[in-house]
Amino acid sequence: MFDRVFEKDVAITGIGQSEVARPSSKSAMRLTVEACMEAIGDAGLTRDDIDGVACWPGDNNNGDSFSPVGTAAIKSALGLKLNWYGAGYEGPGPLAGVIQGAMAIATGLARHVLVFRTITEATGRARSRTANALTNKSAGRDGTYYWQWYTPFNVLSAINLAAMYAQRHFHDYGTTAEQLAQIALTCRRHAALNPKAVYRAPMTMDDYFASRLVSTPLRVFDCDVHCDASTALVLSRRDAAKDQPNPPIRIDAIGSAIHSPHAWDQVDLSAMITQEVGRMMWNRTDLTPADVDTAQLYDGFSILTLMWLEGLGFCPRGEGGRFIENGTCIGLDGDLPLNTNGGQLSGGRTHGLGYVHEACAQLWGRAGGRQLADPRVAVAAAGGGPLGGSLLLVRD
Amino acid sequence: MPRKLPLLNPENTAFWTGGADGELRIAHCDACGTLFHPPTPVCPACASLDVGHKPVSGRARVVTFTVNHQAWTPELAEPYVIAIVEIVEQAGVRFLTNIVGCPVDRVRIGMPVRVTFEPIDDVWIPLFVADE
Ligand SMILES: [Zn+2]
Repeated sequence: MFDRVFEKDVAITGIGQSEVARPSSKSAMRLTVEACMEAIGDAGLTRDDIDGVACWPGDNNNGDSFSPVGTAAIKSALGLKLNWYGAGYEGPGPLAGVIQGAMAIATGLARHVLVFRTITEATGRARSRTANALTNKSAGRDGTYYWQWYTPFNVLSAINLAAMYAQRHFHDYGTTAEQLAQIALTCRRHAALNPKAVYRAPMTMDDYFASRLVSTPLRVFDCDVHCDASTALVLSRRDAAKDQPNPPIRIDAIGSAIHSPHAWDQVDLSAMITQEVGRMMWNRTDLTPADVDTAQLYDGFSILTLMWLEGLGFCPRGEGGRFIENGTCIGLDGDLPLNTNGGQLSGGRTHGLGYVHEACAQLWGRAGGRQLADPRVAVAAAGGGPLGGSLLLVRD
Repeated sequence: MPRKLPLLNPENTAFWTGGADGELRIAHCDACGTLFHPPTPVCPACASLDVGHKPVSGRARVVTFTVNHQAWTPELAEPYVIAIVEIVEQAGVRFLTNIVGCPVDRVRIGMPVRVTFEPIDDVWIPLFVADE
């Protein structure tokens, strides 16, 4: 157990999101400004109230479509007067910005922190099919600590790594492609009720199996869909949040642990780091998985969602395939409605913050045609391989 | 197939060039006897700096694999097999590679494999073939 759980003093008080387009005609900065201004307004604040900014992964100083806007750019664009800001690729996955922002508030460095994530991979892919290839992370020979162990073997996409996790999960636990398909089918059903989702047309099991095999056993429909979008939220100190318009959504617990080596081929191949992230999160709260009303879990590749379901304790390890079988349990009427906006598989690869945005939309009753009946507790988790983090969110 | 090559440094040179002598060389701690990967100048098990590398038999087993069907670039001849293999000398010592020299649908988890090397410039890429 932890003797101090600072995140309970931090609340999400506003959310915002640009269009989710494939591609967008707007610039990355324009998308970012729209998402951020919406979140600030939603929190009942003005630009003058924001004294912290966080994001993941931040500016890579190469203008790439994976992360075209960082904290420095939005600080200057919006004329923010900051007491703290921070970003960077290294951290517990795509929710690292939220986690660092919460830390800044809990330690008294800031009072209202703007957190955002901008991604323009639809535009990036239109320019070059290999814009985001792992082999393009370094020019010439691969001198990275990390990727040099994969790129000489023609691993150009993380799908090859995720596919090997899937193969191992299938082997160890008897998980089947039919079971795994339920992640994609469920996300598509939910996307039909989300006007902003990229793919909304119905998908059948036959459609799933007709989709192209990319890297066995994973198919095109096991991969998330690139888009141009920016998502933002405002974190506030809990005592300040009381006076803001939205009922505060408390961060009840964070999971940010990594115990295994930090490498895609050295983590637990049928669980990644989801087990240690889950253990940490549940050790910081009195709530249990049974208290969770909806889960928004990373689906960059469908198999990752399955591992998050197990790692966060929604079903025993190895039981994920049977847990999602026939899709009822994770549907809108099920015990654990999953990725209610269509996830990244059908909603669009907003990359991380989209899960938190949807969790908040559900907890605030703003999810329109896909709204759940009065949810109070949500989990958001994001990341794959050695990258991963989770948030337990509670509307009091 | 075209391959992106690793930039050689004091830690990784043994792994990437051992093939010149027909040897698969794995990082080794002289203090506690542990083999480990990826190579670093400190033993992950006991933190000793007394580390080097050791030739191993080159025999391994497939821990997991995938058949890649996507031609990510026009030069790539798909399908090809990407695998993680574990060396027979020590459980848990594993790395990513390609399985070559057999039909892609023959590869299985648990399959015994042995190393072969593909020399490109000053690098000997360790690949694996079926060993049964
Ligand atoms: Zn040692």
